[in-house]
Amino acid sequence: MPDMTGYAFPNDIHIGWTLMVVLYPYLTGLVAGAFICSSLYHVFGRKELAPIARISLVVSACFLAVAPLPLLIHLGHPERAFNVLITPNFESAMAGFGIVFGLYLVLVMLEIYFVFRKDIILRARRSRGPLRWILAAVALFTYDISEEALAVDEKIVRVLAGVGIPAACLLHGYVGFIFGALKSNPWWSTPLMPIIFLFSAVVSGIALLIVLYQIAMRFRGTPIDQNCLRSMAGWLWLFLIVTFSLEMLEVITLAYERSEEWEVIGYLLSHQLSFSFISVQVVAGSLIPLILLMVVVLMSGHMKAPLLNMLTFVASGLLLMQVFSMRWNVVIGGQMFSKSLRGFRLDYVPEFFEKEGTAVAIVICIVPFLLLLVADRLLPLWSQADAKAHQDESS
Amino acid sequence: MSRRTFLVSALQGAGAGAALVIAVPVDSLLADKGRVVERYDWNDHSYLFLVDISRCIGCGMCVKACKKENGVPAAFYRTWVERYTVYDEETTHIESPEGAMNGFGPSNPATGASKSFFVPKLCNHCKYTPCTQVCPVGASYTTRDGVVMVDRKRCIGCGYCVQACPYGSRYIDPESHTADKCTWCYHRITRGMNPACVQACPKGARLFGDRMRENDPVFEMVETRPVRILQPELLTKPQCYYLGADKEVR
Repeated sequence: MPDMTGYAFPNDIHIGWTLMVVLYPYLTGLVAGAFICSSLYHVFGRKELAPIARISLVVSACFLAVAPLPLLIHLGHPERAFNVLITPNFESAMAGFGIVFGLYLVLVMLEIYFVFRKDIILRARRSRGPLRWILAAVALFTYDISEEALAVDEKIVRVLAGVGIPAACLLHGYVGFIFGALKSNPWWSTPLMPIIFLFSAVVSGIALLIVLYQIAMRFRGTPIDQNCLRSMAGWLWLFLIVTFSLEMLEVITLAYERSEEWEVIGYLLSHQLSFSFISVQVVAGSLIPLILLMVVVLMSGHMKAPLLNMLTFVASGLLLMQVFSMRWNVVIGGQMFSKSLRGFRLDYVPEFFEKEGTAVAIVICIVPFLLLLVADRLLPLWSQADAKAHQDESS
Repeated sequence: MSRRTFLVSALQGAGAGAALVIAVPVDSLLADKGRVVERYDWNDHSYLFLVDISRCIGCGMCVKACKKENGVPAAFYRTWVERYTVYDEETTHIESPEGAMNGFGPSNPATGASKSFFVPKLCNHCKYTPCTQVCPVGASYTTRDGVVMVDRKRCIGCGYCVQACPYGSRYIDPESHTADKCTWCYHRITRGMNPACVQACPKGARLFGDRMRENDPVFEMVETRPVRILQPELLTKPQCYYLGADKEVR
């Protein structure tokens, strides 16, 4: 039996939504964030983001592929998971999950297809054996890479990316809604929840791309495109300001109202979550990156590129941690107190080796990177220049 | 036993089994099963529950009876009893050791408490219940006679209903990995019996009624006495009423 303080309803001492349920919104956040980052290039014409326009889409797809895993592991009866699609109860906020997820998956895959169609064809042409056939089938046996055909591709990508933005918002806002729409839990029940989830998703997506971009360029020995990185840092800063303001506004409003809920939430934040909320999410995860990115954005003219790169890298790493801690504080924090609003669990640490434990979470987080490595073998993920290199290699 | 004799006896056994299956009047089995349903029409009932706080002595017989009747796993509760000890307007001590399955230890009279009372808790079978609202597959549902139930064969075990219940009435059964909760002993009430907890209560603190029964004493009490429901601000319309509940009860 866990250590408790105060009075908790007897069924409330269990943590029902575990680390896996923390992981799911984190992964979909990365999906939505990376996608929106790619849309900045495809839809809003931020040409300086060209170096990461392709990889961001593929990152989105790789994380999307593993996103349902933690949920399936969490379910008591994963074999019945498809019932959500077959016999949905549309009154439930969760029932639309399959539809939203499925639509988004189709959209991302289609966009990836049209972005990489030319490269798929080029790769098919220079491949031998089964791979050639597979790639040819993926290209629908049409090897048309004339300028007109590519222009059509580009148009389709623009439309898909345009539709993808609201879809990504829907996918992630929806996750926030699942929590925000529960009136039983004062820590979750706020209309701000979907918005906070959404903005922090974008933050985590951009931060991941910055980290990936810098590591990949170092391994490939390619110089970092400073314009691209500065632009990403700028966007990251902007989205962080919005996210952090919303997160703080929510807490400040609750504290100022001093309603019944605050008695619980105030205690929660200053005791059970004092480390993960105040130290990790607010100070190390938000305030420090906020300052670092401010320095990068406002003082880039006065500093050398390697220093700026490092500051951006550190800020992004901290932000990846911040968003994870935010998901943790919401999901686990919301279960650290009883609905009696009088009792608290003293702590919750997931076991390393258990069904929904830390080891499983780590493996799930590694899989998307392995998928990325596979994708990198098949297609030029990094930039147009990369694509050209692939092309030259094939000719 | 040779292979031949084994096969012969196995065939005979199978034949006898088949004959037995045919001999048992299948119709009568079905009819028997149907009879209960036939007698019981859920359109003719509308249940409600009343807890008379002044009568509860905190013996925990109700919790024990519920556990036995429904095979409730250890550390989970379909019903429980809370003991409130109020010292002053700011300080209230609440406890429910093991859901009060074994009652409570003696309270300390020297602590200067101004009042103390027991509060039996169970699922409120809310009319507008958030738990069935959030179930993604419709495994949680409300019967026409007003009982909130879980279909174990459909439940996917996502735990959303557990999070959505403001009263802490639900849990995920560690054996079936599905949501579980108080059913007001549906298997009993559809046979005209009381829920096990009502049956077990030695003081009549738990009362089970039916609005559609003529001159139902429980319904009459709810209609005429000053009762309250828990967390009315959530607008879930509980069908479980409390007579004499203190403001501290949530």
